[in-house]
Amino acid sequence: MSVLPYLAAGWIFLIGVYGLVTSRNLIHAVGCLTVTQSSTYVLLVAIGYRRGGTAPVFSDLPPGARVVDPVVQALALTDIVVGATVTALLLALVVQLRKRHGTVDPDKLAELRG
Amino acid sequence: MAAGELLPLVVAVPLLGSAVLVAAGRRLTRIAADALGAAFAAGTVALCVFALIGVLEGPAVAWAGGWRPKDGLGVGIALVGDPLGVGLAALASVVTVAAFVYSWRYLEEPPPRHAGGFPALLLLFQAGMCGFTLTGDLFNAFVFFELMSVVAYALTGYRVEEPRPLQGALAFGIVNSLGGYCMLLGIALLYARTGELGMAQIGRALGTGEPDALVLAAFVLVMTGLLIKAAAVPFHFWLPDAHAVAPTPVCMVLSGVMVELGVYGAARVYWTVFAGPGGVSHSSCTRTLLVIGVATAVLGAAMCWQQRHLKRLLAFSTIGHVGLFLIGVAVLTPEGVSGTALYVLGHAGAKAALFACVGILLARYGSVDEYELYGRGRELRLVGVLFGVGALALAGVPPFGTGLGKAVAEEAAGQQAPWLPAVFVLVSAVTGGAVLRAGLRVFGGAGPRPPAEKADGEPETSGAEEEPETGDRLGRVPGTMLAVPVALLAGALAVGVLPGFAAAVGAAGDHFADHTGYLGTVLGSGSALSHVSASPHWTAAGVVLDLVSTALAIGCAALAVWRPGRTGHPGASGWWTPIRRMQSGHIGDYVAWALAGVALLAVLTVPGMLL
Repeated sequence: MSVLPYLAAGWIFLIGVYGLVTSRNLIHAVGCLTVTQSSTYVLLVAIGYRRGGTAPVFSDLPPGARVVDPVVQALALTDIVVGATVTALLLALVVQLRKRHGTVDPDKLAELRG
Repeated sequence: MAAGELLPLVVAVPLLGSAVLVAAGRRLTRIAADALGAAFAAGTVALCVFALIGVLEGPAVAWAGGWRPKDGLGVGIALVGDPLGVGLAALASVVTVAAFVYSWRYLEEPPPRHAGGFPALLLLFQAGMCGFTLTGDLFNAFVFFELMSVVAYALTGYRVEEPRPLQGALAFGIVNSLGGYCMLLGIALLYARTGELGMAQIGRALGTGEPDALVLAAFVLVMTGLLIKAAAVPFHFWLPDAHAVAPTPVCMVLSGVMVELGVYGAARVYWTVFAGPGGVSHSSCTRTLLVIGVATAVLGAAMCWQQRHLKRLLAFSTIGHVGLFLIGVAVLTPEGVSGTALYVLGHAGAKAALFACVGILLARYGSVDEYELYGRGRELRLVGVLFGVGALALAGVPPFGTGLGKAVAEEAAGQQAPWLPAVFVLVSAVTGGAVLRAGLRVFGGAGPRPPAEKADGEPETSGAEEEPETGDRLGRVPGTMLAVPVALLAGALAVGVLPGFAAAVGAAGDHFADHTGYLGTVLGSGSALSHVSASPHWTAAGVVLDLVSTALAIGCAALAVWRPGRTGHPGASGWWTPIRRMQSGHIGDYVAWALAGVALLAVLTVPGMLL
């Protein structure tokens, strides 16, 4: 199989991290974290791909049919659940920070230094 | 009941407890909710102890749903209880109970109908930590890693009314989540190579052949995730920000146990997954962990010395000690593992007790600033004594568990490179000395009064004007808040003096560092211990080095307090200002450092493997 999906996963990871490093807005930063996480979905699904395989739902498939790896899809689902939890919690923290601190710009949060 | 059957309960009981508290929390009074939470946590301690007695003879395995492997093949997911893993679960549970008892009279009264929130989170945290120590499956390790991380973010930002905890929790959350995703990428690569997710199964698949770029990339990515959790340099920036702002009972668990679990994870994954010929060579792993460990230890100690914010000071001392733990496991010998395990146990007791003492200061005076609190702690004589004893324990004074662990780990490291014991002595002396200095000033009013105002333009967090977490300032210190540090310090002492304890930890180290034995236990092909090392014990050289580091700590503290002009008072500009500026409080900077750390790990691991 082509190397392209793996390169895509690496690229998504790196642009997500780039966004995190240069972010001027914490909501944007949490979004970038989600982008970074998307690279894990792409990598997992790419790993499970088999040429000519179909979805691993055996109810309407003959036994022995060629399917893609269902394990990585289960992993990706778990990963999505984890990601949703993290994103929700971090966004809640940002909302609260906006209420208490009046800003979502990480450059203006400088109380914890040294 | 066999030890194997107890393992799932160790994870399930705190999970159940947190579900019960969430469901019933609205109807419970605060005392009932706290008592229920503490009962669940204490029940888990009992389960851990029973399981620990069972697994001392040999590791136990529990297959979820009874899906055992047949002829070495299977789809089951295992919990593996080896003595070290179960012991760490017991430690996590004990410190959680301590946090419960401490928070009972400490945390502000929760709003009505929300009494279940804090205990439920704490139990969920405990479940995540116990699961992480017991799992035998790499993907489950990631899930438990994320579970304890997410709960830790929520607990760090628990006081949502204040800006600082939110800021610390955000840095903690973003950097650690990034680490979790790196770890998942690495796990995916290992699955791509081997088609397995169990640690033992992957280890078996990597037991033949030559290492290649894919396995190396997986090693670097998985280690990145675990070292971010362990707050190793250059992944450490989140830790002081988070630990300085989390509620004190939470700090006890974060600094005492969770960070150390990162080191545990790194060592566990190396020994089970990568120690075979198709994995990563011993010399590569030793070099990687040693370089990072020494850098972490030195930087943590240096930054610790500069702090005036007491919680930040303790947080940086945790970083220094994590560096020492990394050095201990980096030598990849059973002696190194058991020495580090003893060190971790003693350190957890001492560090949690110190946080408990700082919590009392915060509750009473509304400040954790060493300069502002100068002399005000004189009225709290018992707390002062506890703080001093904790500082000396941190420096490794015999017969505390920290001293024994330090001596054993030192000796193991000394066989790798003769200068490594000097790092142990210096780092424990400087961190212990910094805590002792703060104690002398705050509780003894020793030396000239330090200038209370903040130096202009310096990167510094002073710790003045903190909101007491008790709601109102405390008049009298409640008995529970004093009993907790006393008990924790007694525990740290017991680790060093209980006869037979060190021998049991030595056996645990042997099991932990036994790659083929672990695979045999999990895959069902027998588990004879391949190597039995001498059990750790006090040696003359170890005691002397412990006394040297204690004396150095006392000397540093005395010099800093009585001759501040000669040592330079913390906060004044000096050669370390650029290093302090790196701790910028900016999340983007921390992420950039983490990415640089990934590159550093790759550079350290790859040479000698592919060439």
